Parts: sequence; C-alpha cells; structure tokens
Amino acid sequence: METPVRRFVRAFAEDRVAVLGFALFSLIVLLAVFAPFITPQNPYDLAKVDLMDSRLPPGEQTGDGYTVWLGTDGVGRDLYSGILYGLRISLTVGALSGLIAASLGMSVGLFAAYAGGRIETVIMRIVDLQLSLPAILIALILVAALGKGVDKIIIALVVVQWAYYARTVRASALVERRKEYVEAAQSLGLSSAAIVFRHIMPNCLAPVIVIFTVQTAHAISLEATLSFLGVGLPQTEPSLGVLIANGFQYMLSGRYWISSFPGLALLLTIVSINLMGDRIRDVLNPRLEK
Amino acid sequence: MLSFLIRRVGQALLVIVAMVLIVFFGVHVIGDPIWMLISPEMDQQAIAQTAAALGLDKPIWEQLLYFLRGLAVGDLGRSFVHGEPAIQLILSRMPATLELAVVALLMAVLIGLPLGLYAGLNPDSPVSRTIMASSILGFSLPTFWVGLMLIMFFSVMLGWLPATGRGAPQSVLGFETSLLTAQGWAFIALPALNLALLKISLIIRLARAGTREVILTDYVKFARAKGLSRQRIVQVHVLKNIMIPIVTVLGLEFGSLMAFSVVTETIFSWPGMGKLLLEAIQRLDRPVIVASIMVVVILFVLINLVVDILYSVLDPRVRLTEARA
Amino acid sequence: MSASSEPLLKVTDLATHFITRAGTVKAVDGVSFEVARGEVLGLVGESGSGKSVTGYSILGLVDPPGQIVSGSIRLSGRELAGLDDEAMRSIRGREIAMIFQDPMMTLNPVLRIDTQMIEAILAHERVSERAARDRAVEALQKVGIPSPRERLEAYPHQFSGGMRQRVAIAIALLNRPSLIVADEPTTALDVTIQSQILAEMQALCRDTGTALIWITHDLTVIAGLAQQVAVMYAGRIVERAGVDAVLDAPRHPYTEGLLGSLPSAATPGEPLRQIPGSTPSLGRLPPGCAFSPRCAYATAQCRTEAPEVSGQTLGGGVERQFRCHHPLQEPSR
Repeated sequence: METPVRRFVRAFAEDRVAVLGFALFSLIVLLAVFAPFITPQNPYDLAKVDLMDSRLPPGEQTGDGYTVWLGTDGVGRDLYSGILYGLRISLTVGALSGLIAASLGMSVGLFAAYAGGRIETVIMRIVDLQLSLPAILIALILVAALGKGVDKIIIALVVVQWAYYARTVRASALVERRKEYVEAAQSLGLSSAAIVFRHIMPNCLAPVIVIFTVQTAHAISLEATLSFLGVGLPQTEPSLGVLIANGFQYMLSGRYWISSFPGLALLLTIVSINLMGDRIRDVLNPRLEK
Repeated sequence: MLSFLIRRVGQALLVIVAMVLIVFFGVHVIGDPIWMLISPEMDQQAIAQTAAALGLDKPIWEQLLYFLRGLAVGDLGRSFVHGEPAIQLILSRMPATLELAVVALLMAVLIGLPLGLYAGLNPDSPVSRTIMASSILGFSLPTFWVGLMLIMFFSVMLGWLPATGRGAPQSVLGFETSLLTAQGWAFIALPALNLALLKISLIIRLARAGTREVILTDYVKFARAKGLSRQRIVQVHVLKNIMIPIVTVLGLEFGSLMAFSVVTETIFSWPGMGKLLLEAIQRLDRPVIVASIMVVVILFVLINLVVDILYSVLDPRVRLTEARA
Repeated sequence: MSASSEPLLKVTDLATHFITRAGTVKAVDGVSFEVARGEVLGLVGESGSGKSVTGYSILGLVDPPGQIVSGSIRLSGRELAGLDDEAMRSIRGREIAMIFQDPMMTLNPVLRIDTQMIEAILAHERVSERAARDRAVEALQKVGIPSPRERLEAYPHQFSGGMRQRVAIAIALLNRPSLIVADEPTTALDVTIQSQILAEMQALCRDTGTALIWITHDLTVIAGLAQQVAVMYAGRIVERAGVDAVLDAPRHPYTEGLLGSLPSAATPGEPLRQIPGSTPSLGRLPPGCAFSPRCAYATAQCRTEAPEVSGQTLGGGVERQFRCHHPLQEPSR
C-alpha cells in the first residue's frame, strides 16, 4: 500500500539532480546545526580571535596552531567557522520569515476566498499591487522606515513574501470551495471556520509547499543582498551576506577568499534549494507554471 | 486605438495619484514629518522654529495641500547630505541608471533569445540541456555575488575591464549618455552584464517554452506545407509569436532591473539613482529617500503603460478588439 | 477512371508507423491507390482510420515519432518517400499543396494575409514583390473574395470562417500545383458554407486541371464531388472504386454500414442505423480482419486471417478493389 507521501518521495527521487540538491541541502543544514561542535573556534568569542591571524590565506596555520582551511578574515576569524555560524543565521532568518509569510499569506488567501465579494476584490487588489513592485525595492523602503536589526529584517522579508502565498492559496481555495466535500461539510452543519481550516486548507497545501522552497531561497538571497549593501543584518549577527560584505574591500587587493568562500556557501545553499524546489513543483503539480 | 490609449493613460494617472497620497500619509503617519525637513543635527530651538515656519502644527489637510503644492513645483525638500534639492539630485542621476538598464535589457535579449530559440528547436541536443541547466544557475545566483565574481575574473585576474566608474557623459539630442566612446562601453560592460544575467535565464526559459509550443501549432505545419524554408519559418512565423509574451514579461521586468540596479551600482560604483538611494538610506537622508521612491513609482507606472501599448502593437488581435469595445 | 496514361500520383503499399514506448501504432498499414491528372479522389474514413496521416505522408509532413516505414509514393513518376527534407520542401506548396481543417489555426494570427500569401510565392520563385502581390490578388478574386486588394492587408481574425478557408484555398492554388490534398476542409464550417466551398473547389479544380484528394469522414460530401472513392478503416483501404460503384453497390460491409448510417438513407420514424461497436485503437488491432468484431457477416476465417486486396475489372477499363473474404454480392442488373 503506497501512501501519498511515499509516492511523492519516489517521484521526487526519479530526478537524480534533485536528489543531489536534497543531499547537498541536508549536508548544509547538518553543518549549520552542528557548527559549534565541528568548528575549531567560535568566531564570536572575542577572546579567541587574534588580530595577528588576520588575512591568512587558505591552508595556513594560526598562532594557536590549527590550520585554517579556508583562510581568515580581516580581524583574524577563521573563515570556516565564520561560514558555518553564518549559515545558521542565514538559514534561520530565511526559514523563519518564510514560515511567517506562509502562515500570514495563507490566512489572508483563505479569508479572501471565503469572504468573497468586495472584501475579496480589495484584498486581491492590494496583493496585485504589491506583487507588481520588485521585492528589493519594497525591502529597501521598509528598511529605510524601520531601521536595522534582525527583527526588522524578518519583518521586511515577510512583507515581501506573503503576497505570493495569498494569491496562490486564494486561487486554490476558490477551486476547492466548489467541490463536493465542501457541500457535504456544510450540510453537516460545520462552522465556516471548521470547513476552511480542516477541509479546504489541507488541499491547498501542495502549491504552498512549492512556493515555500522557491521563496525561501529568494528570502535567503534577499537577506544576503541587503546585508551586503549594509542595510541588512548588523555585524552582531553575521549572516553570509555580512561576511561577504566584510570581505569586499579585500577583493581588489587579491585576498579573494574572504568574500568568495562565504559567497560559495551562499550559492550552494540557494542552488540546492532551487533544485529541490524545481523537482517538487514538477511532481506536485505538472500544470503549475512559475 | 485612440480610446485604448486614453483609457490606459487615465488608469496610469489614477495610480500615480494614489501613490502620491500613500507616500504622503505614510511619511506623516509612520515617522515624525519634522524629520523630513530638518537635519537631525539641528538644536531644539531651531527645530521648533522650523516646525512652526513650515506649518507642521497645522491640521493634516493643510499639510497635504502644502505637500501637493510643493510637489507641483517639484520641491520635495533638500538633501541633508548634498544640500541640493532632492528632485534635482535624483534627476541628475537618472540618465546613468536608465543607460545601464537599457543596455542590460538589450544584452539580455541579444543573448537570451537566440539561446532559448535554439533550445526550443532542438530540445534534446546536449547543447540545449547545458543551456537549460545553466539557466537554473542564472536565477539562483544572487546578483551581488555575480557582480563580485565578474570583478574578480575580469578586473582583478584578467585585467580586461575596469571594475568601477562610468565613462564621461556627453549630451546627444538632449539625452545624456556615456556610450559614445569606447571607454564608455568598457565601463558599462561588467555592470550591464551583471544586471542582464538575471534576465537572461528568464528569457531563455520563456523563449524555449514559447518555441516548443509554437512549433506544434497548425500554422507552422501549414507554413511547412507551403514549402517555406526553415529559416523563414523560424525567423518570421515562430519569432513573431513568441515575442508577444516575452515583450510583456520584459517590460515588467524592466522595472525590476531598475530596482536591482541598486546592488549593481553599489558594487561597480556606477553613479546612478540606485546608489543614491542606498546612500540616502545609510545616511538617513530622508528627503532623498522620499523623492527617490516617488520617482521610481512614477517610472514604474510609465513603464507599465508603455508595455501595454507595445503589446497591442505586436498582437493585432488585442488592438482591434479594444477598438471595437 | 482511366488508367491509360501514367497516373499523376501512385501510392503503393504505403506504411506509416508511430513508434512509441507504449508500442507501435500502425496508422497507415499497406495503402495503395492512384490519382490521375485532374481527378478527384475522396478518401473516406472515421477518425482514427489513418486518412489524415496518409495525406501528411504524401507531403512528407509526418513528424517523429511517426515515419514512413515502407512503400512508395510516386508523383509523375518521381519517388517522394525517402526524399530528404530540402527536396520535399521545394515540392511542397508548388507541385503538391495542402489545405487543413481549421483555417483559424492554419493562418498565422499575427501576420497579415498578404505576408502569408506572398511568402508562399517567393519561397518557390524569384519574382518581384509587386508581381507576387498581383498574383495574390488574382488568386483571392478566383476564390470569390470581394475587394481583394484591400483585404490583403487584413489579419486572419478579421475574416469569417468560410472566407478564411477560401484564403487557404487561394494560397494552395497560388503556385499552380498539380495536386491538392485537402484534409477535411469543410468540417469546421457552417453547413451552408460547406456546400458553397465544395462547389467552388470542384469548379476551380476542373478549370485549372488540378487533381484533388479530399479527405473526409462524411460520405455525402463525396457524392457530388469525387470521381473515385477510397474507404479507409484501421489504417487500410477496404474498398476503392468509382464513386457510383461505391455508393450504389458497395462490396465491403463497412462501406455498406457507412452508407446505411447516413441520415438520408434512414426511413423516417425508425431509429438511425449505426455500425455496432467502435473503431479499434490502432495500437491494439484485432487479429485477422480489423473490421471483423463489428461485421455482421464475419466468419472464423475473418477473425484469424487478414484479407488481401482483391481486384475486379468491370468493363470499360473501370477497376474496383476491396479487402474482404466475403464481399457483398453485387445486385443483379
């Protein structure tokens, strides 16, 4: 007896590239989760960081006697440690903002579909308006208004993403609303809320999952971009974007590793998520176009 | 056709008016509007004086009128950092950004369209598979990282192209451009490529999907039955049909191109609106922030309008049904 | 049907198969017929009988996974099957032209009519654009389109369905082909327009001496139009003869069934007669005669052995052929 979950996994696994993406992503997540155990130093423990070790190229030895495989940055922090810790922040911010945006967007979308009429039209107009503006512009405006800080970045990322969920969920909900099981539930006297959350919503989840992967990749990329520009996360929460920004000034003098390696880590993260997302989309709904 | 134009222009104006009102109320409701007009460094007394002089203790409707009046004459305050009127500052940087965006768009089309067309006509060839695989990379890579890599390869390692700056601008027919010299092109090459890369993947995918769809249609089969050469079929029949969705998407993406120019201009020190906006945010130069937002929104609306018109030019069915309606 | 002069088109044992992972579909499996100069052949069959694929095969427009696997197609003695694409291209639109079923989809919606007509001329001849335009005007006039010079600048969706098909016919006639293959050209049109177009095409072909293969599922259309009729079933021709012979005295049970199911043949008040069962899927044909599951006269032999083509020569050089173990008796004269 093959459950839907198992069927999905099998279909997903048919594309070897997607499986590669999944393997890569899992590796990245594991590295990030176990960072404190597998890195030689905690790069944010100021006692351990020695300015004498700064700007060492990859493969050299530090004063403490361990080899920095990826080099050190401008203040002497081991880049390998920095990247793993940075991954934690990048992934957390991306996933958290994605989850909040998904919940918010789904709620709005379900509400709009169920409310119908004028309310629905107004809500969808707002959604359309927001979707027509580029994400980075919205993010910049919000950052300008709200200032720096982790929570403010997350707010900005949520605002940028929720509309995608709202639009898709509303479209799904409209289709589901007309199906027979809704009529059946209504005739049983279930409240509207119960119908929406227990019956309609689970059927709208498939496109949401697809969007979640793609949007999370975008969110991670956007946060990195903002941090790189200096208007994202502060130095106290150094995500990969912050690390890259710190290394930018050393690019022209040939110390490429300070920016390149965090950049590579960022790239691999985003690409692996996108590879998975592409395959998930193909499997869950072949008719869905991006 | 005329009624179509009038209707679209009217809609565009409505959106602009709505945006103006939103920005005004946004600024006045979110922040203390005083900070819009006064540098944070002034002392308490000067602040109070200015507030009174500018009527900031008056009811909001009077302030709206004041704001609108200022808008009508193009006065949105002076930049704290540069001292110049904000609007002037932005408009002086606009040509640079437009130049970059247009060149990037052209690059994206000139590179992406042939590649996507090829991939659509020969879907199983190894070249096509490579093209499609790299297009996934195209929209995964964050723009700023690509910019860094471009600088690293072409400027630092190979030394072929300059990493920062813009060629000296000259005036042509009232427009300012830096592209009249070979130097100018050398400066714009990397930043434009950086911006274009994002759109190239998009165009490749669109062109490929469009080509595969059009190839199967009856009218292509009929064209073959007429004995037309493959070249003619692809260049005229296929191309004209896939251009319609591509142009629409491109038009909308042009706005996103301009938004992403914030990143590219910063990395390559290209003196455009994007760099200005970023610096303004970093230095809390509020008049410039507000003015930039307004200009960008208006540009957006204009771009959408142009795309609408272009669409009807390309697809005769739309043109004529609108005229009859 | 005179066989004295060399036929314009001679198709022998044509087989076009579609090779897919799910199996091989034998869309056309051993089809033979001839068309003389200026003659009209009606190719009749239900959907799935392989009639359209036969038409495409003649023009070399069968796309992968389909291909002509065997057989010969000779146009004025020249072998077409197996020609490379470039050689076929010069024949298409010039010596053989094709008209499709839905004119809205066969004319490119974003190109003007003159563009689509002039390019058809310029693809085969080096003439000036003005000369090509004049020819296009002439062709539109011949098919009965008013104010042709102005209408050239219009787009396809500005014409009605019947007009569009007339334009398609005009395009087919532009380079004076010796043969036109028309694949259900009137099926998508209103009934009233249908008969008009039928009559016009007949007149045009007669005037220009163009041979015509008219592919259709509707026997009534053939009656007034064709000189020769070939009935197709499951990828094979089951009966082929002069139109009168086929309509008055069919020898194959399928032909008899088709004729009997026509509304005009029905007795008022009685239910319309239909052939029981449905056309077989071409990937899974029954053993023996493909029609046997539905045939009222089928015997054990029919179910196991596929019938070969039997011929019959009636007097005066008239031929008829059929595939049946037990052909219907001719009515005694």
